[in-house]
Amino acid sequence: MVEFALPANSRVQPGKVYKAAGAKRVKVFKIYRYDPDANANPRLDSYEIDLDNCGPMVLDALLKIKNEIDSTLTFRRSCREGICGSCAMNIDGTNTLSCLKPIEDISGDAAIYPLPHMPVVKDLIPDLTVPYAQLASIKPWMQTVSPTPPDGERLQSPEEREKLDGLWECILCFCCQTSCPSYWWNGDRYLGPAVLLQAARWILDSRDECTGERLDDLEDPFKLYRCHTIMNCTKTCPKGLNPAKAIGAIKEKLIERRL
Amino acid sequence: MTSRNRPLSPHIQVYKMPFTAILSITHRITGIALGVGTLVLAYWLASAAYGPTAYAHAQAVLGSAIGKLVLFGWTGALFYHLCNGIRHLFWDVGRGYEIAEADKSGRLVVASAAVMTLLAWIIGL
Repeated sequence: MVEFALPANSRVQPGKVYKAAGAKRVKVFKIYRYDPDANANPRLDSYEIDLDNCGPMVLDALLKIKNEIDSTLTFRRSCREGICGSCAMNIDGTNTLSCLKPIEDISGDAAIYPLPHMPVVKDLIPDLTVPYAQLASIKPWMQTVSPTPPDGERLQSPEEREKLDGLWECILCFCCQTSCPSYWWNGDRYLGPAVLLQAARWILDSRDECTGERLDDLEDPFKLYRCHTIMNCTKTCPKGLNPAKAIGAIKEKLIERRL
Repeated sequence: MTSRNRPLSPHIQVYKMPFTAILSITHRITGIALGVGTLVLAYWLASAAYGPTAYAHAQAVLGSAIGKLVLFGWTGALFYHLCNGIRHLFWDVGRGYEIAEADKSGRLVVASAAVMTLLAWIIGL
């Protein structure tokens, strides 16, 4: 259902201000805070950061805040090089990985929120239970009915392998999933761009032998066809992938088999 | 703690919508406007069937400054929806999904709709 306004318990209140004393190059980070133990609405805290004493990426600033200013700030992070997908969040109005987002690319104050339209566990940590369940529903593994070849490998031509480029690189950060207005309004039934890109990854794999069943499962007004080519997914993907195109490829496959 | 109590993170309040998203919602809005506009068209046709007085009244309403403004908006919506619908047909055959292409086709749609709307009014008046 389309609901533009946030529920009463989700409206963001003004928060605390942390000043950086004696800093020359100051950047203000306005960060969404929610404490599940506080019985209060989320708030927006402001942290002044001395850029002369901070690493180049948004993640560096978050770590600096956690280490030096406010150890209660909570966020996911792991690899700090854009391959684990943990530190996905909404930075300066767009979803991206904080470890890949240079601070200098943000003009003015840096606003940081959790991935949009998700239940918040704490601060910048969204509850990703639903998208993970949706991912499991498309069976993101190779399904075969024929026996494994005696030499142990299912071979693929370079051309067949090429069809998976732009799909296998997805790190499941869910930046695209939570950038999609269609997913915001119909996230309970629409699978969303990240999950559909994974579905395309298996549908287009020449070694998979359940393409028909996979397509049957997606031929549904909500699961697939809530995509209206808004393209937020492709614009926001921190890995430069194209979920909109992958969804188009699934639609094409569905039409192809009818002809 | 159950997830029911968890707050919903901000979405439309904080998201900076890219050009393609604005065109998409415009497509939806113009579609609705065209639906309403069809009712106005039906009213105009029905008035013609009803008789000369009713028709003259309809002509006066639609020919007034406000009526013309609404009709201008309606033609704009029509041509935008038409052009963007053609853009969707290209996507349906698997073309134009790259960001640069989608931005370019979007600009083309806006420009074409504007030109067609102005041309229609120049020819019509």
